[in-house]
Amino acid sequence: MEKMPKWADVVLIPLISLLLAAGLSALVILAIGEDPTAAVKLMVDGALGSSYGWGYTLYYATNFMFTGLAVAVAAHAGLFNIGGEGQAMLGGLGVALICLFIPWPHWTLALLFATLGAGLFGAAWAAIPAYLQAKRGSHIVITTIMFNFIAAAVLNYVLVNVLKPPSSMDPASARFSDTIHLPTLHELLTPLGIAFSKSAPANVSLLVAIAACLAVWLLIWRTPLGFEIRAFGKSEAGARYAGISPVKITIITMMISGALAGMMAINNVMGEAERLVLNATEGAGFIGIAVALMGRNHPFGVFLAAILFGFLYQGGAELALWTNIPRELIVVIQALVILFTGALDNMVRIPLERIFLALRKESN
Amino acid sequence: MDFITLIQVLDSTVRLATPLLLACLAGLYSERAGIFDIGLEGKMLMAAFFSAAVASVTGNVWLGLLAGIAASMLLSGLHGLASITFRGNQLISGVAINFLAAGLTVLIAQDWFKQGGRTPSLLTEGRFGPLTFPFADSVRDVPMFGPIYSELLSGHSILVYLAFLAVPATWWILYRTRFGLRLRAVGENPAAVDTAGVSVIGLRFAAVAICGLLCGIAGAYLATALQAGFVKDMTAGRGFIALAALIFAKWRPWQAMGACLLFGLLQAVALRFQNIELGSVTIPVQVMDALPYILTVVILAGFVGKAIPPRSGGEPYVKER
Repeated sequence: MEKMPKWADVVLIPLISLLLAAGLSALVILAIGEDPTAAVKLMVDGALGSSYGWGYTLYYATNFMFTGLAVAVAAHAGLFNIGGEGQAMLGGLGVALICLFIPWPHWTLALLFATLGAGLFGAAWAAIPAYLQAKRGSHIVITTIMFNFIAAAVLNYVLVNVLKPPSSMDPASARFSDTIHLPTLHELLTPLGIAFSKSAPANVSLLVAIAACLAVWLLIWRTPLGFEIRAFGKSEAGARYAGISPVKITIITMMISGALAGMMAINNVMGEAERLVLNATEGAGFIGIAVALMGRNHPFGVFLAAILFGFLYQGGAELALWTNIPRELIVVIQALVILFTGALDNMVRIPLERIFLALRKESN
Repeated sequence: MDFITLIQVLDSTVRLATPLLLACLAGLYSERAGIFDIGLEGKMLMAAFFSAAVASVTGNVWLGLLAGIAASMLLSGLHGLASITFRGNQLISGVAINFLAAGLTVLIAQDWFKQGGRTPSLLTEGRFGPLTFPFADSVRDVPMFGPIYSELLSGHSILVYLAFLAVPATWWILYRTRFGLRLRAVGENPAAVDTAGVSVIGLRFAAVAICGLLCGIAGAYLATALQAGFVKDMTAGRGFIALAALIFAKWRPWQAMGACLLFGLLQAVALRFQNIELGSVTIPVQVMDALPYILTVVILAGFVGKAIPPRSGGEPYVKER
């Protein structure tokens, strides 16, 4: 028998964890001598008070949807993919190669193939740790961490020695051509008569990210492969008994996960920077862990959590601009969210289960 | 490469290997007791900040060291609470600790010192100075032996010698004491330890506390000996290189020292030479940066000997089901 109704597991526990994280963050703000309510007001105004703020919030959210989905898909198979950062870096490399060396006639075609390229590079980067886990038994968490560092070195090498234009000093690729400029929300919404800020970076990749959320939902709950992934995640022995190949599921799941992380690059590399720079990912791969935990590994949860974190990132930037609170406050909040929704889950869950059991006894 | 350059590179190897070695031994205690710790990085960073902050305010480097150790052990306690008491996911707890340290250090540094997330530069009394061995100056000119004795062995801070002494100490504790036997047993088969009437929770908390202590010294070394003060993200992935060294050493103390010296050498060479020309082939500096991680993956994959972690690593112990 379930100890708790499902809604408590899906809504109540994340909510309580979030409140705990928010409460502690407020204490941190108080401790550095600032006013938490004023800070929250500034964040809401800065991130949601204008279409400019929304444009940034949604831009960040697009990144986090991709990386959050990547962590979530792997988690359904019981795998912890901590390598989203490296996979997103390699995805960026894929996008840059496709955008720089093929003269695309129109952005739609370019976007389609850039998405494929980003996914392919990300999947390939995840496939090696997956193979090593499935065939050689090396722990996927450790190998994906190592692959993050190796990816950074690869990217550094390629940018400095291969992609950097000879005339330029900073380690970045040349700019992509103007014909493959992705339409921003301003350009998409103006024909519909909706005014949207011109300078915000949110772009058409947001729609791709939402489509990815839908696709992951279909994959996990409406396809035989999704069933196999979930069965494998619940019990490897059980899955093996049902004729599911652990090697196949591990590798395929990690490749899907890596592809999703890699696809983030169409937003930050192709949509925003329009060239490949060092550290283009800015830690979004790691934020995916918090987003997936917060969203309970469900695509809709990931969608909401990504927007929440998008809000935090844009709001945090505004805070750093107008107050003495550095941007790192967001890193602290992110750590607290990971701590409470992930590591200290039982701290909230066990007392809550007791309450529900007690309530049930009374009603019987 | 002449002899003096060689000595200088080796000298810098020892300096760079020290924080790796301390963090690696820290991870060794924790993981041998069955608690995975990918939060070494965060604990070092926290210790680096608090040691530099306290050393710069009080001017006493020993108080700084204590503050660093306390900060690191506090995070260890959090890791223990999450992964031992509440039986949470040890890996996720480690990730959270890394972010917590990355954020809090800058936040507090900005609040206290208002220098853009760093501490003021430490003056001489706020740092661990070099220890000069007896006769180091008088034998300096003796060929071969002179430079080795006075440049390579002498002239490091006390924490360097402490780190290298911690290796035999760790070996002795793990393999020659009752505590060590139990510590190793609790990482392999906690149920057996429990049946024998020894507290699994107590042992694991002890291991996590030692881990915090050593990470604290590692962080303090970074900020008050290797460099003069704290700067944002100053650990720069050293916690993960230590983790790699731990796997490379297959969770054994002497081998951990070897691995840390090897990875320290790679850092020293990358620092000094950038791109290395070997005849017609150039080894780019990025290869040296990535080599510790690549070597670890190769070892993990079992192509060169197999790295088998402690059997109960990462699994919370449940007394009654």
